[in-house]
Amino acid sequence: MKFWIVSALAILSAVALALSGANEYLFFAGFVVLQAIILATGWNILGGYAGYVNFGVPGFVGVGAYTALALHLLVGAPLIVQIVAGAAMAALLGLAVGVLTLRLRGIFFSIATIAVVFILEAVVMNSRFLGGATGIQLTRPDDVWLFGTYTRMLFVMMTLMAVVALSVARYVQNSYIGQGLRAVRDAEEAAECSGVPTLKVKLIACAISGALLGVAGAPMPMYLSYIEPLSTFNLHYAVIALAMPIIGGTSHWIGPLIGALILGTLQQIVTVTISSELNVLVVGVLLVVFVVAAPDGVIGLVKKWKTSSK
Amino acid sequence: MFFSFELLFEAILFGLLLGCFYAAVSLGLSVAFGLLDVPHVAHPALLVVGSYGAYMLGDWGIDPLVAGFLLMPVFFLVGMLLYRFYYETFERRGNAAGVNGLAFFFGVAFIIEVLLVVAFGVDQRSAEADYIGESLRLGDLRLPYRLLIAAAVALVLTVVLSNFFSRTFVGRAIKAVGQDEGALRLMGADPVRIKQLAFGIATSVNALAGAMLIIVSPVEPTMDRIYIGRTFCVVVLAGMGSMKGTLAAGLVLGVTESIVLTLFGASWATAVAFGLLLVMLGVRPQGLFGR
Amino acid sequence: MDMIRRKLLGVASSVALVAGLATGGSALAADPIKIGMSMPQTGPLGGGGKAALLALRMWVEDVNAKGGLLGRQVEFTYYDDQGNPANTPGIYTKLLDVDKVDLLIAPYATGPTAPIMPLVKQRQKLLMGNFSFQVNAKTKHDMWFNNAPWNTAEGWAKGFMEAGKASGAKTVAILAEDGEFAQNLADGARPYFKSLGLNVVYDQNYPPTTKDFSSLVRSIRASKAEIVFVASYPAASSAIVNSINEIGLGSQVQIVGGAMVGLQFTPIAVNLGSKLNGITNYHVYVPGMPLPGVESFLQRYTPRAKAEKIDELGYYLPPFNYAIGEMLEQAINATKSIDDRKLADYFRKNEMKTIVGPVRFDANGERANVRLVTAQFRGIKNKDQEQFRNSGKQVVLSPAADKTGEFIYPYSKAADAK
Repeated sequence: MKFWIVSALAILSAVALALSGANEYLFFAGFVVLQAIILATGWNILGGYAGYVNFGVPGFVGVGAYTALALHLLVGAPLIVQIVAGAAMAALLGLAVGVLTLRLRGIFFSIATIAVVFILEAVVMNSRFLGGATGIQLTRPDDVWLFGTYTRMLFVMMTLMAVVALSVARYVQNSYIGQGLRAVRDAEEAAECSGVPTLKVKLIACAISGALLGVAGAPMPMYLSYIEPLSTFNLHYAVIALAMPIIGGTSHWIGPLIGALILGTLQQIVTVTISSELNVLVVGVLLVVFVVAAPDGVIGLVKKWKTSSK
Repeated sequence: MFFSFELLFEAILFGLLLGCFYAAVSLGLSVAFGLLDVPHVAHPALLVVGSYGAYMLGDWGIDPLVAGFLLMPVFFLVGMLLYRFYYETFERRGNAAGVNGLAFFFGVAFIIEVLLVVAFGVDQRSAEADYIGESLRLGDLRLPYRLLIAAAVALVLTVVLSNFFSRTFVGRAIKAVGQDEGALRLMGADPVRIKQLAFGIATSVNALAGAMLIIVSPVEPTMDRIYIGRTFCVVVLAGMGSMKGTLAAGLVLGVTESIVLTLFGASWATAVAFGLLLVMLGVRPQGLFGR
Repeated sequence: MDMIRRKLLGVASSVALVAGLATGGSALAADPIKIGMSMPQTGPLGGGGKAALLALRMWVEDVNAKGGLLGRQVEFTYYDDQGNPANTPGIYTKLLDVDKVDLLIAPYATGPTAPIMPLVKQRQKLLMGNFSFQVNAKTKHDMWFNNAPWNTAEGWAKGFMEAGKASGAKTVAILAEDGEFAQNLADGARPYFKSLGLNVVYDQNYPPTTKDFSSLVRSIRASKAEIVFVASYPAASSAIVNSINEIGLGSQVQIVGGAMVGLQFTPIAVNLGSKLNGITNYHVYVPGMPLPGVESFLQRYTPRAKAEKIDELGYYLPPFNYAIGEMLEQAINATKSIDDRKLADYFRKNEMKTIVGPVRFDANGERANVRLVTAQFRGIKNKDQEQFRNSGKQVVLSPAADKTGEFIYPYSKAADAK
């Protein structure tokens, strides 16, 4: 119950903020943080719950973005349709990758996911319809109902999507899927022997994780009025999607949220005060530090502090 | 796309040379990942560091190939330290092959990339030497010297490493530790020390390969990404841990890439290694030469 | 004692406060005109971008030394976009919403400029183009004005074709980078080649990140094309020139080049040296062209470029970027405003006088008076920067008014010519 109240409050505050006269740039930057929350949450369903590290995050983001673009170019589809379609295609991709590689060991799964990124990037680069390496400019509607500018509407939409992502993660975690995934992560062979349908739960996780990553990518063409493959299929997304749950804690749905807020804020501070190169360094360093010293993330640290102070 | 048999023949020849180079670049990973089972995704990043090292030494007038040799001992130490750290932090605590080991190396690869950008900028860097830019003329055929030299070095490296692993005591111990660590311990050898040594060797080979990389093509900091595809493709194709298999697999990749480039154009070139990798993982994960 | 000291301090600070408010008040009346842009300072376009930026900074200094515009100092804000099209939408959004600049200049080159066209159209901002090619064709923004001395693809390719006409070549190979500039140019050049009755025997794109052109050069050679038309950005241009020298294009090639960006940047030209010989490429200013304004500008530019370790000769972007400043200056002084619409109307209707000559714009915001030069590299030696000051090193073949020599063909003969 508490979850739904907080979510409703979050959405309402986003709407209020968008209707207020706050600086436009706030919404432009806010989109990035919200996208990060969705990325982290989506990744964690497979990476944190099941222990399968997906490096191919940019591939799923790209599928979401380019599906949205295709629909926009072909039929001028509204944003919500673009997002749903992007999520669906990304879910299919997740299933395909899962079917192909889940029988393999952990590291092979991860390397295969990187392969998917580059192959998809090459597909886009060879498609003049999707813009090739040159990219495509889009025109957004000028006057948007209620919110005035498109950026503000996107901000509210992304807040809604973030809430959806978090509720999906929470549901998966508490359901039988989550139990199955935890069994896979802790001792896959034992789980298999005890009758857990490991392939089935892993594939479900692949599909759901993929879908959420696709949701994070679908609004991007409209956000920038421009899309091109090199920045869309950039492995940078993979590092962030990995770092945030590890920093926050991978065992619980709130971990990615914590990680995204910490990392997102830090990144913005570093970009504004020092340089934008160094913000990638911050991500990498924090990732390594947490993986080495605090593998259970902030959640783990909080738990330790709670038990030690009792 | 234009097609002729002469063109195809040239493409295959070119691909063989390139393939030798790809094999050299993957030898280190064959040891680190193939033999030792370390999920070393940061291997290509260290390769690029080797290239920049050769570039920096080039500023003092040192030929890139010589620079590569000079860097080998440095990289050997780096490799040993890196493995030691990895062992203490992950392998010992038992959560190596899981999320954490992979995430660690991925993070390291990114940190290296960013540090290179901060130090050298995003621009491409090339090495300068008399043999770069000239080619051997055989009739109508032109074979660039930079590829011939890289191929030669690669062949020598393969032979040396292959003999090292099959004939020397240390080499055989390294092979053994990959196969049966317990038995090795019973025979009185320390598996951790041996693995450290192996990782050191793998990383020092990387230094030489990095020097070759900057001879063969200009480098820029994000190049490690496509080389993840190429090196893992070669290692997977080879089947784990075989040096000669690595050479053969490198040739397969080189020729395939060259033919695709010639027939389908440059826009599919980056996907070849990754595509081949996926096909192998799907069809025959133990590689062409593995057991 | 303390009471007196405190009271004195109080009086002193009040006086200071009032004085500050008084002078602060008049300072408010003359707050600066803010001009903002992003410029590639690193990355593949960085060589050109840094030179361009120096020229713009020089203009800002010159204008401020004269008292500013409309009695206000000009404040110049710029960021490094690394030549990456993905960076510019964010940077220009920041310029408008955070830095709150009054006027925008486009980044150097088509690639980084294309993504911001929808943004500036939506925000109804004037955008001063910076050496981009047909970047407004799809967006059709009515407040866009490009400083470059070219207009259509046909106009561009015509110079190249006219130069090579003497050779009587009939087959063409097109090699175009997959980026906004080269694609715009190739799309326009294809129908033009067809209209000349030429046979296109090779037509390929390549991704901007391509580093090895051996296979592509070999394929071009195998196609036996006599005309090789290349549209490329600096990193690829260098690699292609290197590859042509390494692999060879074949003896049947009459003319090579056309639209290779980067060969005009002094550091790249010096680095390639004799490998450039024989290549026929475009340029915008070659020493010997009667533009005294450019010559005197470059005399001031060169020592500063040397100090900052950038393109010393400055033959490509710098004079034209200084011209952007001059045009803004003329329009602002004439309309006595910095309103985007008023300035745009002024640009549309008037001819501007700049150091690169008179500038007039057509309905699309591109140059009405085109002056693109096609020149052939001859007798270039390695590692020699000063040789480029001699007009004989880049022999102008077209337009006829600027011609300084005859086209030498085939390519292999021109490459060896002195």
